[in-house]
Amino acid sequence: MTFQTALFYVFSAILVFAALRVVTSRNPVHAVLWLVLAFFTAADHWLMLQAEFLAIVLVLVYVGAVMVLFLFVVMMLDINFDNLRKEFRSYIPVGATVGILVLVEMALALLGGRLGVAGPGAASPTVAGSNTKALGSLVYTEYVYPFELAAVILLVAIIAAIALTHRKRKETKYQNPAEQIKVRARDRLRVLNIPSEKKEP
Amino acid sequence: MPFATLPTLSHYLMLGAILFAISIVGIFLNRKNVIILLMAIELMLLAVNMNFIAFSSFLGDMAGQVFVFFILTVAAAESAIGLAILVLLFRNIGSIDVEDMDHLKG
Repeated sequence: MTFQTALFYVFSAILVFAALRVVTSRNPVHAVLWLVLAFFTAADHWLMLQAEFLAIVLVLVYVGAVMVLFLFVVMMLDINFDNLRKEFRSYIPVGATVGILVLVEMALALLGGRLGVAGPGAASPTVAGSNTKALGSLVYTEYVYPFELAAVILLVAIIAAIALTHRKRKETKYQNPAEQIKVRARDRLRVLNIPSEKKEP
Repeated sequence: MPFATLPTLSHYLMLGAILFAISIVGIFLNRKNVIILLMAIELMLLAVNMNFIAFSSFLGDMAGQVFVFFILTVAAAESAIGLAILVLLFRNIGSIDVEDMDHLKG
């Protein structure tokens, strides 16, 4: 058994165990931390598959931003986990059955046919030896439209998150240009007919 | 499945399948807890990404990795908005129990 094979099984064992602990943790902070471990181990796998750019992106973006966001939310919300886990035990039989069924079906579908493809590295396209360069040469030429769309999606996500959770403070004074434009003269001005001189009785 | 050879494509696909099954089991077990549901969805996306990268590496086509690039983008956006909704729900209802979110029930 070569070192690469041993590494594969070690990483897989850690990944599967971390994933299991994510869904069975009693403490939400623990669950997030196990998920962080799962992502790190997945990045290890991707490094072995020679997709080093995506492995680093996974660690930087997913773990560094999304998991930190999860941790913030979990720590901000004072959640009483005990009520939520009351019926955990009663769900285990159905959950385990469905999980095993899904796994068996996938295994049959994947391994039933003959997957006679070469190993990693045998056909990995490395343009001048760099995975990042190979990825970049595709994203900016052939897939530039999805790239722009991804940027728009991120912008929409930012706006949505802010618009959803933004709370208006009552004491701020601001102008509303739309209302300013809609104003009519009679909302601001009242013309009275008052004689300038008192008439002599 | 032989254990002493180099990991083939089947090995990586089985790993992806196991992760996907674990995330489905997680959704079943934690159906009351919105935060763990969101985390199980992240695990599902990780399983799919693992499949894509394995295929991309073994078939020599970079399109799989480009797709993972975009999946990561969309997953990050979806997590941000999902958590914003969760925070709002907690502000309004005071709990993250799915059974307490029944305002639309007839």
